[in-house]
Amino acid sequence: MSAAPMLALSCVSAGYGSFPVLFDVSLQVRAGESVAVIGPNGAGKTTLLRAISKLIPLTGGHIAMEGRDCTAVAAHDIIGLGIAQVPEGRRLFPRLSVEDNLRMGAYLPAARAKFDQRLEMVYALFPRMKERRAQLAGTMSGGEQQMCAIGRALMSGPKLLLLDEPSAGLAPVVVQSIFEVIRKMSAEGYTVLIVEQNVQQVLKVVDRAYLLETGRIHASGPAAELLADAAVRRAYLGV
Amino acid sequence: MDQIFDIFFLEAVLNGLLLGGLLALLSLGLNLIFGVIDVVWICYAELIMVGMYTIWWLHTQQGVPLPLAFGGGIALLAVLGAALHQFVIRPVLAAEPINQLLVTGGVLFLLQALATVAFGVEFRNLGVRIPGVVVGEMSLSGARLVAFGMAMVAIATTYLFLNRTYMGTAIRAISQDRAVMPLMGVDASRVYLLTSAIGGALAGLAACLLVLQYDVHPAIGLSFGPLTFLICVLGGLGNLIGGFVAAFVFAQFISVGGFFLQLEWGYVIAFVFFIATMFWKPEGLLSKRAGR
Repeated sequence: MSAAPMLALSCVSAGYGSFPVLFDVSLQVRAGESVAVIGPNGAGKTTLLRAISKLIPLTGGHIAMEGRDCTAVAAHDIIGLGIAQVPEGRRLFPRLSVEDNLRMGAYLPAARAKFDQRLEMVYALFPRMKERRAQLAGTMSGGEQQMCAIGRALMSGPKLLLLDEPSAGLAPVVVQSIFEVIRKMSAEGYTVLIVEQNVQQVLKVVDRAYLLETGRIHASGPAAELLADAAVRRAYLGV
Repeated sequence: MDQIFDIFFLEAVLNGLLLGGLLALLSLGLNLIFGVIDVVWICYAELIMVGMYTIWWLHTQQGVPLPLAFGGGIALLAVLGAALHQFVIRPVLAAEPINQLLVTGGVLFLLQALATVAFGVEFRNLGVRIPGVVVGEMSLSGARLVAFGMAMVAIATTYLFLNRTYMGTAIRAISQDRAVMPLMGVDASRVYLLTSAIGGALAGLAACLLVLQYDVHPAIGLSFGPLTFLICVLGGLGNLIGGFVAAFVFAQFISVGGFFLQLEWGYVIAFVFFIATMFWKPEGLLSKRAGR
């Protein structure tokens, strides 16, 4: 463990305008790990991912990717460092075809060269996307859109994948298949940071988790430990 | 008698087709800017006027060969388009639409006034004659044929660019969700600047085609600016294919309507059709917004 972690947040604070949301958040994601951030609605989970992707500015603290400080990197350069995000609500381009959405994921010059190869990889992971490649993304079901959004993020060939509430708004059976995909991706060696309200499910597929409440990290540890923790079970699992 | 009637009718339809191609190109740049940036360049026709003066000045006053003068006009307008975005549109991008209309409206009068100061109010002619084409008893203007051909090539090129390249895909994507673009690695302000330069270059090409057919004077923008805007609205503002179709529909109304009555009546009929359409389908003939 001498190498720097893939992603390291130290004392990060962020918010919207003068409204602070995150306070002194520190967390780490090591290469090959899958990590979850769990917590109630409004805890700042989405804000955390938006801060990592620089969609909102930090008001304090530092972020480092593979040991290099990226606190001052512009939002559109973050993906070039190998950080891709599947945003909350999927945010596909509804009137572009599935394949054009995937093309946007490969917008960076380095990714364009590998477009064909990664397209095959995404189609292998989601055969449904291959069937629907010419369909307008906005006309697909929620689960299909989520697959397309994950595929779009993979098209950049990321080192670290940020997932924001991938199960939100999906039918239970579809949620199962999305978590199966996440489990498969971490088994294949992808490094994943996932934010979820579906605590029970997500703790079964990740290695470690952080508990975020009202903008602060309240607990962290291996997923199995948090799953067994009495306080977590009471608050989030209803048992 | 019947035979002659048919030939002239066919000529009117063909002239309408040629006019439609030119109008389609005119509306393309304006439509592209609106579709992508959500701003209407009210001064679009005045940019074309500046391009026409540039070409006229380079060719007749400076002796620059016509193809080079055309290139110069297109390049200048591409730069002007980018500058218009950077210095006029960008500061009001988040402002109310009425403010955006007012600033570009201000640019309209500024460009008219500057052209008057620089070139006076005289009508300037390029002095280039392209021989016409006579088919049977029909005669078609050579300048219109050239304009039609070049407009079609430009429209096809723009279409392929938007659909087959990464930057073109980004231009289509940014109008659907601007805020998510950074996650794709796209610098939105660069895409806007490039789109504005493309819009300017399309205005420059329109200037080339118009200056072959019409004299240039400071107020010439008024003779086709409103028409261009109406075509964009008719096709559904921001809908490039809708604008393309609307240009040909409008041109047929003008040309065939003018054939049956008088030329001026062609415009009257076209505008009545426009107003009726606005009652019947206010979102335009082919609306992209209906699906939102």
